[in-house]
Order: sequence, then structure tokens, then C-alpha cells
Amino acid sequence: MGKTIAQKIFEAHLVDRPFGEAWVLKLDAVFCHEITTPIAIADLMEKGMDRVFDPTKIKAVIDHVTPAKDSKTALQGKMLRDWARRHDIKDFFDIGRNGVCHALFPEKGFVRPGYTIIMGDSHTCTHGAFGAFAAGVGTTDLEVGILKGVCAFREPKTIKVELTGKLPAGVFAKDVILKVISSLGVNGATDRVLEFTGPVVEALSMEGRMTLANMAIEAGGTSGICAPDMTTVEYLWPFIQNEFSSKEEALAHYRRWVSDSDAVYDSVLSLDVSRLEPVATFGYKPDQVKTLKELKGTRVDQVYIGSCTNGRIEDLRQAAGILKGKRVAEHVRGIVSPATPAVYQQALKEGLIEIFMDAGFCVTNPTCGACLGMSNGVLAEGEVCASTTNRNFFGRMGKGGMVHLMSPASAALTAITGEIA
Amino acid sequence: MKNFNGKVLFLDRNDINTDEIIPAKYLTEVTKLALKPYCLEDLKLESFQPQRDVPGKTVVVSRDNFGCGSSREHAPWALEVNGIYAVVASGFARIFRGNMFNGGLMAVTLTASQIDELFGTFAGQACTMSTDWSAQTITFSAGKTQKTYDIGLGGFEKALVEAGGWVEYAAAHY
Ligand code: SF4
Repeated sequence: MGKTIAQKIFEAHLVDRPFGEAWVLKLDAVFCHEITTPIAIADLMEKGMDRVFDPTKIKAVIDHVTPAKDSKTALQGKMLRDWARRHDIKDFFDIGRNGVCHALFPEKGFVRPGYTIIMGDSHTCTHGAFGAFAAGVGTTDLEVGILKGVCAFREPKTIKVELTGKLPAGVFAKDVILKVISSLGVNGATDRVLEFTGPVVEALSMEGRMTLANMAIEAGGTSGICAPDMTTVEYLWPFIQNEFSSKEEALAHYRRWVSDSDAVYDSVLSLDVSRLEPVATFGYKPDQVKTLKELKGTRVDQVYIGSCTNGRIEDLRQAAGILKGKRVAEHVRGIVSPATPAVYQQALKEGLIEIFMDAGFCVTNPTCGACLGMSNGVLAEGEVCASTTNRNFFGRMGKGGMVHLMSPASAALTAITGEIA
Repeated sequence: MKNFNGKVLFLDRNDINTDEIIPAKYLTEVTKLALKPYCLEDLKLESFQPQRDVPGKTVVVSRDNFGCGSSREHAPWALEVNGIYAVVASGFARIFRGNMFNGGLMAVTLTASQIDELFGTFAGQACTMSTDWSAQTITFSAGKTQKTYDIGLGGFEKALVEAGGWVEYAAAHY
């Protein structure tokens, strides 16, 4: 019987199967940020176990609130910083070099096909875009990951998401994943891996694949996953060129992490994207999705372009393409947060930042910022935001605020018209 | 092992998310205890007032997909520091459920009809839950009315609750 990518990764990393139930896996990487890690550090210290299993496999960043906005966030940053120094964690990204974790770590080449990765962050599923098994975990799992380099999971049942057809103009990976989530429902993939397959995925860039995998958790999924192919190898090439004599050799090596043709899936969801229209969420759950046409006339107070879902260079290009030569509507506050310093610099080079600024956007430093309503664009009670982020929960971007999730292109259009058009 | 006996808080809704259990703005705290006053602060439910209804409770009974959203373990901690050590629901988000057991707390999954029965029988009353660990059952009672259900935990989850959590279990095994 054939196996899925996730099953292959699980079998290759198996350490223990306690009670024949859980799969305890060896971890290739543990990612950390300043919101969920400090409590893990404090707990380990309290227990007299302030150790790390392997400092080269731990990567850490201050990204959620940076620069620190008050004494509390300053303390969180300090705890992570001190800990990274104490344990000689070389890949620690502090101010000036920091960016949104799920954009920064792939960009640094920390993700490889076949890897097992955890992080105390639900959108860790993003890294599955590289053919890795990457899952968000809580602080206790993170603690054990840091200490022992292992994590326990349930059987990796997989839902195959088959994406066929061709994306129409103006429709992007974000529209596709919102559509998939609306089909599955917010818990349709609980305890499941979402494997994205088909010609649409093959044609997507790594950026687009990361947008897909990023939102697997919004359907309850443990990890999103895309089979590694030449696009994956091309992206990784600067980091792996010393390991392989050619890209073809690298590809052959990584194709171990592809599902067998007779792999057994828990279920299959097929979607022909050819007639898809641009969509946005309308309620307080990410599976509440309508077309922009259906939402036409919804007035917004703020437009936010950024985050681990859509703050990459491709996203900024899409948005800038629409904003070029235009101005945001009188009543709209436009905010763009390039996800990493490299994205920021590239956007500067390409003149995108100038386009954003000419359009009246505020350009912030790379950070999670407004995405989770902690800084850089928190909404006031009753305000509405068109956002390229991934979560529209009540109050997510500020108490009493409403969030409409959409693609960068749709968000840019909304900024110009001041309402969903 | 934690005490899983006590008063029940009924939260009658699907998809109660971690932002509702503990809003992101409190994630800047670096101790669990600091979360105590804010538990369920953003949950809007008819006739639910967190300040009034959370104190003194030991168990939450809710519906499907409880704890969806972010991975923040602050959510189970916010419950834990308020003395709520068990959540009984018809379904949980994976990370939340794992976080509960990882901290030596208990997440019990009942069927939707069992949960209906619980709400139908006990909601709005002074209801308590008691746990018989050896028989692997939980019993809800109010006045003379009682309902008993299997806890239905796997061996690994039981071992985590008994060990006091995943850190303790992993330290002993790996
Ligand atoms: S950008 Fe938003 S969703 Fe992504 S890691 Fe940051 S806070 Fe989480």
C-alpha cells in the first residue's frame, strides 16, 4: 500500500510509539518567537532544566511586537535574547535583521523537504510548502522540543486537496485557500494534514505555496504540505548547492518526500479554480467566505497588507501593481508591513515602496504588528479592516474590530475605493 | 494528579476560539497567574459574564471545535489558573486538546448527543462533575439527577495526566 508524504516523514523520524497511539518524532528544527517561548524558558529554568537539545537546530526571532512597544514586550524580547546568548543559538534574529517568522525562516534556508519542524505558533504549517511536516504547538510541546528534540503527534491522516484548472487573472493563492477553507469548514481538517496537489500547485511559486500551506490551520489542519519539485529546489539552491552536484540531483534526492500514486488518503477535495472569483471573508470565522461582488459596498476604515500569509515580495508586487499612480480613499488608513528585511529591500529596489508611499500608505518595519492586534495598526471598536492576514476572529486586530481577509490585490483595490468593490 | 471534581461552567456555542479564551493583548504576560482576571474576557454569550461566572468553576462544558485558533497555551493556562482543570466538549481543536494533556489537564470528548443531553439536563443549574479515575468515568449531578459518561481517554493521554504533563513524561522517557 502506498504512503503519503506525511506518513513517510513520520516513519523516517519515529522515536517511540507510546501505547501504540502517539507518534513521538525526532525534530529537525525548533523555531521560536518572543510570545510563546519566554514562558517555556521560565518554566524550564524553574524546573532546573534550562538546556537545549541542539543549538544549531533552534532558530529564534523577535517578530510579533518589534521594536518593543512597552515594558512587557521589552521583557519578552529580553528573555528570548538572553536565552539565545546563553545557549549559543547562532540563528537568532533581533531588531534590524528580524521579520515575520514564517517568512523569515524559509528565506534563510532553514526549511528542507522531509524535515520535521515545530514552533509555538499555529501558522507553522506554512513550512509544509517545502514538503516538510511542520506543525504549530503549544508552549509545553515547545519546551520538550527545546529540551529533548522530540514531539508527539497523532497518526498523520491526510486530506488530498486537488487543485485543477488555471487561475483566472486577479485570482491568487489566497482566494484558493479561502475557498478550500470554506469547503472544509473551520474544523474540517482537525488532526489532518492538508496535502495540496495538482497543476495549480505545480504552477505556483514558493510564495504562493506558502500562502496555501499557511492557512491549513484555519481549517483545523495540523500541517499544509506540497510535494517538493524543481520550484522547491530552485528556491533552496543558494543553501544546498554545496550538498548536490546539480539541481537534478537535489530534486532526485528530495523526491523521496512525494506521496506514492497509490497512497491512501483520508478524503479528497477537488477544486477546479478556473471559474474562481476574488473572495473575502465576511464573518468572524475564516470559513465564512463570499465573492467580492457579493460584499460590494462594504466600507472599510483600514487596509492592511502584510503577515506570514501575504507579506512576501510577490504579494507586495501584486498590491503595488494595482496601487501604481492611485491614491487610497480619503477615509482609509493604508498600512503595509513587508514581512522581512529582504522583502523590504527588494521592494525598495523595485520601486514598490515608493508606489505604496505615493498612494498614501504607511510603510512599517517587518513585524507581525497589526495582524494580531498588538501594535502597528490596532483597530478601534466598530472599525473595519480589509486585511491580507489569516484570521478574522472577533477582536483579532483590536477589540470590537471587524476583519475581512482577502488577497493583496483585492486589498489594494479596496484601499483605493474605500469599500469592497 | 489534578483535581477534576467541582462546579461546571456551561458555554453553549461551537468554535469557541483561543482569542475568546484569552485575548492576544494579554500574551505579553510572562507568568501564568497574570492571566487569571482575563479568562474568557472576549467571549460574547447571552447571560455570560466572565467576572461573575468563571470564579469557583472547575469544569467547562461546551460544544464542537473548542479551543480553535492560535496555538497559545495561554488558553488552557487561563483556565488552569482559575481552577478549571477539565473541558468536556463534543470536539476540540488539535493544538488546544494537546495543550490540555501536555499540562496535565483533561479534555474529554463526548458525542454531540451526549453534550446535548448535558446541556438539556443541567444548563442553568448548579451542576457539579466528579471523576472516577479508576472506573474512567465522569459523573454530572444537580440535585438528584445524575449522568455518567466514559472519559474515553487513550493510554498515552492517561499517562500524561498521571505524570502531570508532557515535560514530566518526556523527561522520564526520552
Ligand atoms: S503574521 Fe500574524 S499569523 Fe503570522 S505569525 Fe505573525 S501574528 Fe501569527
